[in-house]
Formats: sequence, C-alpha cells, structure tokens
Amino acid sequence: MSSIGTIIDERRPRAASLLRYASPQTALPLVERAIPWLHGAAALLALAGLYIGVLLAPTDFQQGDAYRIIFVHVPAAWLSMLIYVAMAFWAGVGLVLNTRLSAMMASALAPTGALFTFLALWTGALWGKPTWGAWWVWDARLTSELLLLFLYIGFMALQAAIPDPRRADRAGAVVALVGVVNVPVIYFSVQWWNTLHQGASVSLRSAPSMATPMLLGMLVMTLALWAYAIGAVLQRLRAIVLERERHAAWVPRHLGASA
Amino acid sequence: MIWDSWNDFIAMGGYGRYVWGSLAAVALALAIEQWTLRARNRAAEQQP
Repeated sequence: MSSIGTIIDERRPRAASLLRYASPQTALPLVERAIPWLHGAAALLALAGLYIGVLLAPTDFQQGDAYRIIFVHVPAAWLSMLIYVAMAFWAGVGLVLNTRLSAMMASALAPTGALFTFLALWTGALWGKPTWGAWWVWDARLTSELLLLFLYIGFMALQAAIPDPRRADRAGAVVALVGVVNVPVIYFSVQWWNTLHQGASVSLRSAPSMATPMLLGMLVMTLALWAYAIGAVLQRLRAIVLERERHAAWVPRHLGASA
Repeated sequence: MIWDSWNDFIAMGGYGRYVWGSLAAVALALAIEQWTLRARNRAAEQQP
C-alpha cells in the first residue's frame, strides 16, 4: 500500500528533470535540435496550405477570389494575439520567479509578434481596398490591432532603452502584462461594437461558416505559420542566450562542441 | 484544380494584385526576418 508520501517522492525527480530546462545552458541544445524540424514542418505545411488555398478551394460567391487573402490574413492575426499572450505569460513568469530564461523568451517573442501584427494589418489593408473600398478604417477591430502593434513596439523600445538586462526584463514585463488587456478587446471587438470588419468565421462554440476546402486551407496555413513562428522565436532565443551569457564558461564549450 | 488557364490563375478573378500582393508581403517579411536572425546568430557565435 502506497502512502501519499511515497507518491510525492516518486513525482519529485520528474518535476526536477523538467525544471532543469529552465537553465539556459541545458535548454540551448534542445532549442538547437528543434529549429530545423520546425522549419521543415513550416515549409511542408505552407506548400500544402497554399496548394489547397489557391488551387483547390472554390471562388467565394460574395467576395470572388479576393477572399483568398484569408489564408494568410487570419493565421497572421491569430498569431499576433497568441504571441502577445505567450510573451505576457513568460514575462510574468520571469517577473514572479526571477528566472532568466523566461524573460529571454519574452524578449524573443516580441519581434516575431510585431511582425505578424504588421502582416495582419498589411494583408487586411489589401483585403479592405477591394471589398470595402478603403485601405484603412478606424473601426474597433483595426484600431485595437494597431494598438497591439504599438504595444509590441513599446515593449521592444523600452527594453532597448535600459542597459541592464535584468532591469529591462522587469520593466518590459510590466508593459507586457498591462497590455494583455487589449487581446480580448481585439478578439471580441467584432461582437462588442458595430464594426465594418466581418465577424469570426471560425469559433469554438459553433460550426464554421465556410466551405470545407476553405476552412482546411486556413487551418493548414495556421499550422504552417505557427511552426515558422516557433522556429523563428527559438532562433532569436538562441541568439539572446549567447549574447547575454557570453561571459559564462559554458558558452565557448557549447559552441566548440556544436561546431 | 479550379482554374481553366494560367492567365486565369494569375488574374485571380481581377483580384490578382491584392491576393498575390498579400502572399508576397508575407513571404518577403519572413525572408527578411530569417536573414536578420541568421546574421544575429552568426554574430553571437563570433563574439569573445
């Protein structure tokens, strides 16, 4: 008969072995091994998604072929919000637990998040012009997404302005955590306000209002851009770890071993 | 395959500029990000 004491004791080594990866030194080899796999998956998924999106999916009866912008616009917009939440999460973990790698992860996420926010706005403008007749309108969805771009830029500018990395981590974390309020505002803006932007085509609570190949193409492109984004963030994390830990003895050893 | 000809495919029902412009913008942005990330990693490996 096992007591609670032995159950806890059995669990302790596994938890400890996962926490080992909170150290930059142990995480880096894992990060380096994951990057080529993520890039490979991103390339294959993008080919499949584009094949479905521009060669198989039918023309939309209302928007004609202009709707095909959805295959990059929606994945980019989803990622822009998701990356912000991930950035705020890791920044918060770094702030509370004082773990260096979590804060580095937040810094690694920001530029890729800003890039996808920019792409969501840019492809949105290219979609707005033919369907609404305007590149830009000050509608709640567009305005809150623009605010997201400014939050990313503010986070990066603040961190760049503070020379001490640990102080920069803490200051950035405050901005990231305050700004996270904007993410549900973006997501629900099409319900809360009367917007020109169309409502969600896909939601967790109802069946999607799209033809199957359209939906499939969009989901495959979403997975492709996720794989790309995780790969790019890990590439940046690797650079940040090497830059910040360059005076540690393990860095030349690590670079010597992998070269 | 839903297109009758190569020209149809390029024209995208008259929305070619917008559709191909969007795909090209994404491809270009990701290519630039990869270029800067690789340069940053190489620089980080070289430093003392």
